[in-house]
Amino acid sequence: MVVMARRDFLTAAAGTVAGVASALATTPALARADRLRLPFDNGERPLVRLPQKRPLIGLTSRPPQLETPFAVFADGPVTPNDAFFVRYHLSGLPTAIDPATYRLSLGGHVGTPLSLSLAELKRDFPVQEIVAVNQCSGNSRGFSTPRVGGGQLGHGAMGNARWRGVPLRALLDRAGVRAGARQVTFNGLDNPPVDSIPDFIKALDIDHARDGDVMVAWAMNGADLPFLNGYPLRLVVPGHYGTYWIKHLSEINVVDARYDGYWMKTAYRIPDNDCACVEPGAKPDKTRPIGRLNIRAFLTSHRDGQAVRAGRPVALGGIAFNGGGGIAKVLLSSDGGQHWQEAQLGQDLGRYSFREWRLPLTLPSGTQAVMVRAIGTDGEAQPLQPRWQPAGYMRNNVETIRLEVA
Amino acid sequence: MMRAAARRHLRPLSHRAHRLAPLAAALILCAGSLGASGAAWSLTYTPAPETVPAILSDEGAQAVVAQCSGCHSLDYLTTQPRGKGAQFWRDSVNKMIAVYGAPIAPADIDALTALLDARLGKAG
Repeated sequence: MVVMARRDFLTAAAGTVAGVASALATTPALARADRLRLPFDNGERPLVRLPQKRPLIGLTSRPPQLETPFAVFADGPVTPNDAFFVRYHLSGLPTAIDPATYRLSLGGHVGTPLSLSLAELKRDFPVQEIVAVNQCSGNSRGFSTPRVGGGQLGHGAMGNARWRGVPLRALLDRAGVRAGARQVTFNGLDNPPVDSIPDFIKALDIDHARDGDVMVAWAMNGADLPFLNGYPLRLVVPGHYGTYWIKHLSEINVVDARYDGYWMKTAYRIPDNDCACVEPGAKPDKTRPIGRLNIRAFLTSHRDGQAVRAGRPVALGGIAFNGGGGIAKVLLSSDGGQHWQEAQLGQDLGRYSFREWRLPLTLPSGTQAVMVRAIGTDGEAQPLQPRWQPAGYMRNNVETIRLEVA
Repeated sequence: MMRAAARRHLRPLSHRAHRLAPLAAALILCAGSLGASGAAWSLTYTPAPETVPAILSDEGAQAVVAQCSGCHSLDYLTTQPRGKGAQFWRDSVNKMIAVYGAPIAPADIDALTALLDARLGKAG
C-alpha cells in the first residue's frame, strides 16, 4: 500500500481495520506528551509516543531509540510489549512489511538452503517458548564515571518477555549444516542510510547457534512482535546482550570462518579479562565480542528519595537476573553493607527471566540507603563498586536507593 | 555512494526546516491475503517526527545541522555528556568519517570540532 497522509489513512481505513488502526496511529499532541530527567547530567529527555508504544523515554528519533520508564518494572516480572525498549543502529528502517510475502532465508555452508514463509515457519517446525531478558549492552551507560560517549541510557534499556518461535537448531538441522561450519550470521531488513556504513550483521558460534535455546521468534507475550521490536521475526539469544537479537530477521548464513564484519570485529567489544573491565579512563590491551549478561538486581517498589513510614515494615521488592545461570539469592543491606538480609524470591519463570524478590524491612527514622545485591547459582555476585569499560557496557554494580523514613 | 534517502537529508537548511515540520509517526495496517494461520496484515511504517534541537537551531550552528543530520537525528549529539571537551568531539567527527564514511571534508574538521565543542563540549 502507498503511504498516505494520516488523515487520509484514517478515512481510508475506517471500513477495514478501524479500531486497530486508530490505536496504532499517533497524534502530534501525543508525540510530545511530556519530559523527564534521568538522574545524571544532561539527562533531560522527552516522553515520546511511537506506534504500538505507550509514552516512553525518547533517546533519539532517527533511528528511533526508546527507553522504558523505570516505574514499569514495578508492575510485574514481564514487561508489556507497549512498554518494551527500542534500539536501532541504522536509520534505514523497513517502511513496509507484508507478512504474506515475507521470507526468511537460511543459506551458506549448508546442504539445502531454505527460504521460508511465515506460515511455513509456524507450521513445519517445533514451537517453543522461553521467558528471557533482553538488555542493551549499554543499559545504564549514563551512570558511567567518567562519562563515556554513546547512548546515554538510564536503567530502562531492558525488558523481560515470553518469546514464542522456532529453535534455530531445528532450522539449521533442516538445512543440514555442513562439516567445517564455524559461525552463523544474522541480518535484518534495517539498512544503513548510506552504503559507506556497515550493515548491521551479527554472528554466533555454530555450537551456540545450535544450543536449542537460541530461537527465531514471531511473538512476545502472546502477540505479534511490535514493529519497533522486530516484526515479524527477530532472533532471540537468551542470556546474551540485545546486540545479537537481530530485528526484522530476514537472512541467516552459515559460514566456515570467523565472521569479521564491523559490528563483530570492531564494535561491541569488551576488555578480554576476567572482570571485563579496565581502570577508569584506560584502554584495554585485548578485546573480545560482548557475550553473556552479567548479574544485576534492582529495587523497583520505591523511587529514590521516596518517603516511607518508620516503625513498621516497608514492603520492598524488585527484580534480579543474570545470563542464564539463574538467581540463587537476593540480599539487602541498610547499613552500608555491614549486614545483609536475604529476600524471598518470587515465581521462577525460567533461568533467563527476571526473578522477582521481596523483603519487608523495618527502617529507623532518617535518610536510609538500601543496597540490593544478587548472587547467581553459579556464584557470581554483583560488585559493590561499578566496573568501567571505555564503551560503557555491562554496568552491574550494587544499586542503592535512598528512602526518607519518618 | 549515497542513496536517495540520504541525499534528501543533506538538503540546505531552508528545505530541512520544512521537512522537519511536525509529523506523527504512524504504523498502518492493511488487510492482506489470508495465510495458513489466518488473517495477515501488511504494515507500513512512517518515521517519527524530528526537529532541530534548540541548542543547534540558530544560524551559527548550521554547519552541524548540515554535516551531521544526513545519517542520524541531532539528538545523537545533544544527549551526549557535557564537559567532555574538544578532543571528545574531534574523536567523534573522525569516527564518523573513518568508520561510517561521513562526507565531511578534511578541511572542515577543525571548524566542526570547534563548533561542537563550543555548543556541547562545555560543562553544563
